[in-house]
Amino acid sequence: MARKIRVLIAKPGLDGHDRGAKVVANALRDAGMEVIYTGLHQTPEMIAESAIQEDVDVVGMSILSGAHMTMFPRVMELLKQKGAAYIKIVGGGIVPEEDVGKLEALGVAKVFGPGTDTRSIVAFIEKSCAHTA
Amino acid sequence: MKKKKASVIDEAKERWERAYAGEPVQEIDFTTVSSEPVKPLYTGEDAAGLDSLDDLGFPGDYPFTRGVYPTMYRGRLWTMRQFSGFGTPRDTNGRYHYLLDHGQTGLSVAFDMPTIMGYDSDHPRAEGEVGRCGVAIDSLRDLEILFDGIDPSKITTSMTINAPASILLAFYLCAGEKKGVRFDQMGGTIQNDILKEYIAQKSWIFPPEPSMRLITDILAFCADHVPKWNTISISGYHIREAGSTAVQELAFTLADGFAYVEAGIKAGLDVDVFAPRLSFFFNAHLDFFEEIAKYRAARRIWAKRMRGKYGAKDPRSWLCRFHTQTAGCTLTAQQPENNIVRTAFQGLSAVLGGTQSLHTNSMDEALNLPSEKAVRIALRTQQLIAHETGVINTIDPLAGSYFIEAKTREMEEQAEEYFRKVEELGGVVKAIEAGFFQREIGRSAYEYQKAVEREQKIVVGVNRFQVEGEKIEIPLLKIDPEVEIEQRNAVRKVRADRDNDKAARELARLPEAARGGDNLMNVILDCARCYCSEGEIIAALKEVFGEYQEPAVF
Repeated sequence: MARKIRVLIAKPGLDGHDRGAKVVANALRDAGMEVIYTGLHQTPEMIAESAIQEDVDVVGMSILSGAHMTMFPRVMELLKQKGAAYIKIVGGGIVPEEDVGKLEALGVAKVFGPGTDTRSIVAFIEKSCAHTA
Repeated sequence: MKKKKASVIDEAKERWERAYAGEPVQEIDFTTVSSEPVKPLYTGEDAAGLDSLDDLGFPGDYPFTRGVYPTMYRGRLWTMRQFSGFGTPRDTNGRYHYLLDHGQTGLSVAFDMPTIMGYDSDHPRAEGEVGRCGVAIDSLRDLEILFDGIDPSKITTSMTINAPASILLAFYLCAGEKKGVRFDQMGGTIQNDILKEYIAQKSWIFPPEPSMRLITDILAFCADHVPKWNTISISGYHIREAGSTAVQELAFTLADGFAYVEAGIKAGLDVDVFAPRLSFFFNAHLDFFEEIAKYRAARRIWAKRMRGKYGAKDPRSWLCRFHTQTAGCTLTAQQPENNIVRTAFQGLSAVLGGTQSLHTNSMDEALNLPSEKAVRIALRTQQLIAHETGVINTIDPLAGSYFIEAKTREMEEQAEEYFRKVEELGGVVKAIEAGFFQREIGRSAYEYQKAVEREQKIVVGVNRFQVEGEKIEIPLLKIDPEVEIEQRNAVRKVRADRDNDKAARELARLPEAARGGDNLMNVILDCARCYCSEGEIIAALKEVFGEYQEPAVF
């Protein structure tokens, strides 16, 4: 039996808005994935550590505070340093259009903005992880 | 006019019911945004038993269903108070002057995440966050710049700050003091509602017990020294933004209010000494009539409990005075101009609901902090309601509407059910520890999302009436990354330039004061005056109070 896709949903930085992160976590769990939610106020170090310990396939970061250009690259750098660059990164929250391009160029697989249908997040993650199933 | 016989009316009603049943109706849910069913028609029967005095009363008279003041907007319009802040204190000072020049009548401060969470701009955890969600404030010096050219004896200021509220209040009071304004001449509000932080907004620092102590210290201090200050803005806005229904917003907010009243009484304060300065903050969400009923129910519930259960004798203790903000969570990134219209409807419901003060969102806020043009339109929205629509001419114009009165009563009853549940759990703090509110809110949020995805709930521009390949064509505010560098340097300069012996001595008093029973506001004020930074004061308190950890459930 194929192993379930494992996803870490993380809230980096000081931002406390967790409605979206929890909705996505619920949607992924209902779609049959194993979801671990880090809770709030995570440092990039804490997120990278959890991602590796929990042996996840995907890290989804939610950030609405404008600190995404600091947080995303830092987490990806740490994962790379620890030999976990294979973990796919997705994100959501408030990320201006021009920064979406920059993040994707840095290796973020997809940024899901306001109004995203959770079914498209499920589909994207399933497709991204298909070859490892 | 002769009163019709009941049987004649019943016959007419039955004719309508048959006619209604005989016609096709749209295949949609006729429910509010909170998924509450709405009947096709409300009649006198639905408002039956409503006592004109006990349930409605007159404006400014118990139970205040029709409004907290006898004159309402004929006496004075609500305060137009736009929540505002970004970048450096100088940047935000500029925006405050812009808004005041354009007719705003009260100030409202939005702080950045480091300030909200008690970190100075040069703390490692502040990296990437300085000035992005609001204005960066590290010390009294920053507050002096923030209010440059503004007289705190002539205008009131609301500060959206919770865990560090005591410190920002101290900074504000000291900044005024330096301009020769006495504490008792200054009016304003601090949000200072820690219970809803654990429930919804999530910007806590300390655990509940020491947090409540800080709050009761503020209640006592302001009662004695800052009588015009609203000590708490007991909030439902954030609870609603986190995804709750309208009834949950109403019930959880008032439950928090009751908890503060009980805490104040337990701390030895006479309820009539502090209750008149408790205030509220509600959301103005999409469903027009549900929101109006919600505000009216809030006033009635609060008045009844304050006079009844808590025995408050001063009528001012019975008043649910509130600020309202239009619902940020309903704004869309798609076709942002539509947000102007959403905000207008929401602002109107708040006015028809009798709000004392109002913030209207800007159209670009699903994308960014407000641009100058967008916030001007948002302010104009309030001015249009006030000066062109005529709704201010008469007080509580929807009173007597069968639908509104039925809905007001229904929401009051539904809230009471929640109060019972909270009491069964042992009160608000125990209910928070049990994750009760958080689970209720999370479930409502998820169910709403599913309803949107099933198109049971329509979001114009998102799941209906979309524009393919849309390009955003409105100006967007950008926060210069230099802001963080500037603020870091500024706080380091403040620390270097102050009398450091004095600052160290004052900071050293904090842990003992925290362990003891003295009012912490006195020590915090002394720290503020000698330019101790917010981060330094919080760090000293953390030593004694510890930090709150949330159980990470979803």
